[in-house]
Amino acid sequence: MPDCTTDGPIDGLGGGRFVRLTGLKRYFDVSAPWLVRALEGRPRQIVQAVDGIDIEIAKGETFSLVGESGCGKSTVARLVVGLYPPTAGSILFDGNDMARRRSQAETAALRRRMQMIFQDPYASLNPRWRVFDIIAEPIRAFDLSRDKADLEQRVGDLLRQVRLTPADGRKYPHEFSGGQRQRISIARALASEPEFLVCDEPTSALDVSVQAQILNLMVDLQRRLQLTYLFISHNLAVVYHISTRVGVMYLGRLVEVAPTDTLFRRPKHPYTRMLLDTIPDLEMTGRQRAPVAGEVPSPINPPSGCSFHPRCPFANERCKVERPKALPSEGGTVACHAIEEGRLAVEERSYDAGR
Amino acid sequence: MATPSNNPPLLEVKNLRVEFPTRRGTLLAVDDVSFDIAPGEVLGVVGESGAGKSLTGNAIIGLLEPPGRIAAGEIRLEGRRIDNLPYEEMRKVRGARIGAIFQDPLTSLNPLYSVGRQLVETIQTHLPLSAADARRRALDLLKEVGIPGAETRIDHYPHQFSGGMRQRVVIALALCAGPRLIVADEPTTALDVSIQAQIIALLKGLCREHATAVMLVTHDMGVIAETADRVAVMYAGRIAEIGPVRDVVKQARHPYTKGLMGSIPSLGVRHDRLTQIDGTMPRLTEIPPGCAFNPRCTERGSRCLSERPELMSAGTSRAACWLHDRGGVGAPIVRETADA
Repeated sequence: MPDCTTDGPIDGLGGGRFVRLTGLKRYFDVSAPWLVRALEGRPRQIVQAVDGIDIEIAKGETFSLVGESGCGKSTVARLVVGLYPPTAGSILFDGNDMARRRSQAETAALRRRMQMIFQDPYASLNPRWRVFDIIAEPIRAFDLSRDKADLEQRVGDLLRQVRLTPADGRKYPHEFSGGQRQRISIARALASEPEFLVCDEPTSALDVSVQAQILNLMVDLQRRLQLTYLFISHNLAVVYHISTRVGVMYLGRLVEVAPTDTLFRRPKHPYTRMLLDTIPDLEMTGRQRAPVAGEVPSPINPPSGCSFHPRCPFANERCKVERPKALPSEGGTVACHAIEEGRLAVEERSYDAGR
Repeated sequence: MATPSNNPPLLEVKNLRVEFPTRRGTLLAVDDVSFDIAPGEVLGVVGESGAGKSLTGNAIIGLLEPPGRIAAGEIRLEGRRIDNLPYEEMRKVRGARIGAIFQDPLTSLNPLYSVGRQLVETIQTHLPLSAADARRRALDLLKEVGIPGAETRIDHYPHQFSGGMRQRVVIALALCAGPRLIVADEPTTALDVSIQAQIIALLKGLCREHATAVMLVTHDMGVIAETADRVAVMYAGRIAEIGPVRDVVKQARHPYTKGLMGSIPSLGVRHDRLTQIDGTMPRLTEIPPGCAFNPRCTERGSRCLSERPELMSAGTSRAACWLHDRGGVGAPIVRETADA
């Protein structure tokens, strides 16, 4: 692999920064057409979908992004795999700056190492292709097989790896249930032997019992193939189950990053606490979900200062004008004035042990 | 907790069957389902997609989509049979006695009319009120469901509301005529988690205040656990288990419910793996003989392959599983393991 590292050292075995996002921004222009704007005197409208985030993902870990719809978590996923070019900021993948110009062969060599699993297994598989061809496409595109027999062997192995049978390759996607289709997407993503998988809500469209099957499969595969995951989800229970570290997003910014247990047991940012309050109580402890006032504001005109201040019970004048910086805290970062000033104490939470 | 034995049930569903005639034969989507709802009680109906939970709800409000039809059984509301009412009669019951809340608030509101007009129309259809009184009632309802600035919002159109606010309007619509029962089909599925908590709290509060019973149809066990008094777990068109919510959640009696509860990631302890139920729910065309769950069941015996279990008493709940019968499940069957 023609890797040249110009961006500082890379830790080998200890993990370190396998994927590094720095100051990543992505704005979308959602203005009306030029003529309409000119005639009606309307201004340009820019959605700040991702507004400057920094993430480092170590090799072999599962980093999750959580947040409500419209917070920009899926945009981050698409930026990382290169489906959108970033407006600003950089993406380093194993020491390679993704924005750098390189030859087609070099680009392909990098691209092969990262793949994506999408949310909707009904929309992400071509209905007119046989499953065999769907899974074989990355192998053919990256020219990974020696001959036809080798290709068949590889596709068969991939299908077995996701607990389907090689005979399923002859079928079309419509012959499978939602969970089976998601297995096919996973097999396709694994076909190019990637090291890094970006999973955008891979289980949100599935029933819980099928979700458990897919999550177990993903954990097994991670262990067997030493995969690194960027996992996007709005379901905090799923995130708790699968992640090594978690980043909480609100209106295009990261408000808190922490190791999973720290985030769930000692949440710091008020928005994180609010999100944790909304997890339904399945232990029947009698804990009532605290309904939170207000809704997510539009990312077209995000509130000034800390974008969470209109919904935050701890907001003061400073929060309204000054955007908080992400400051290190207990193995992660928190962007909150109240925490920084010590106005807000860290809260200890416990969850009743198992059912 | 409601005790159905003391007062007559508000809603009685007996041996309900819903069929879909197709070219390849008749599909049985809801098969011999019976349950009661007491006045003021919240009954959760939970199950995976295709289990027949929504169809059961639709059958009760008389909105089965053709060619689906009620093939057998009866539905009684306050003692009166409503499953065989003529269309016009049923329209009077629906809205006045039974309210409905659907998953997507945008499709249950008419985009061309202001929410006030839709509320007034519904109120005047069911209650003998003048236009001014109806508008006053509409305004009160909007305030009750927590819409800020209801005086101005009443003249706004659905697209001017956010998802959570729209669902509040839909709840106001369902409450218009003071129904005794609300059938809520996945009322929070389309909403964000923080909004979901608001809507659940609202629905729960309002129903307690008005002593309205709720049939809450959802796939989300979390919503059921904190809202319902009793829960019915459906699988392949039948009720697998029904009982007080605490018992079903904490001490599931049916292997399917056990698997379902285990497959929900828990915040208490981090397990290495989630309990998983192998396989998927059978299609309606391929429901196996005996217990429909037997191909996926870890505790099945020879009896499960041939005899279909009816609901039988299991602790404080009732479960359709031979494990709770004196005869047991029969000879154990060694499962061929699919995983290699």
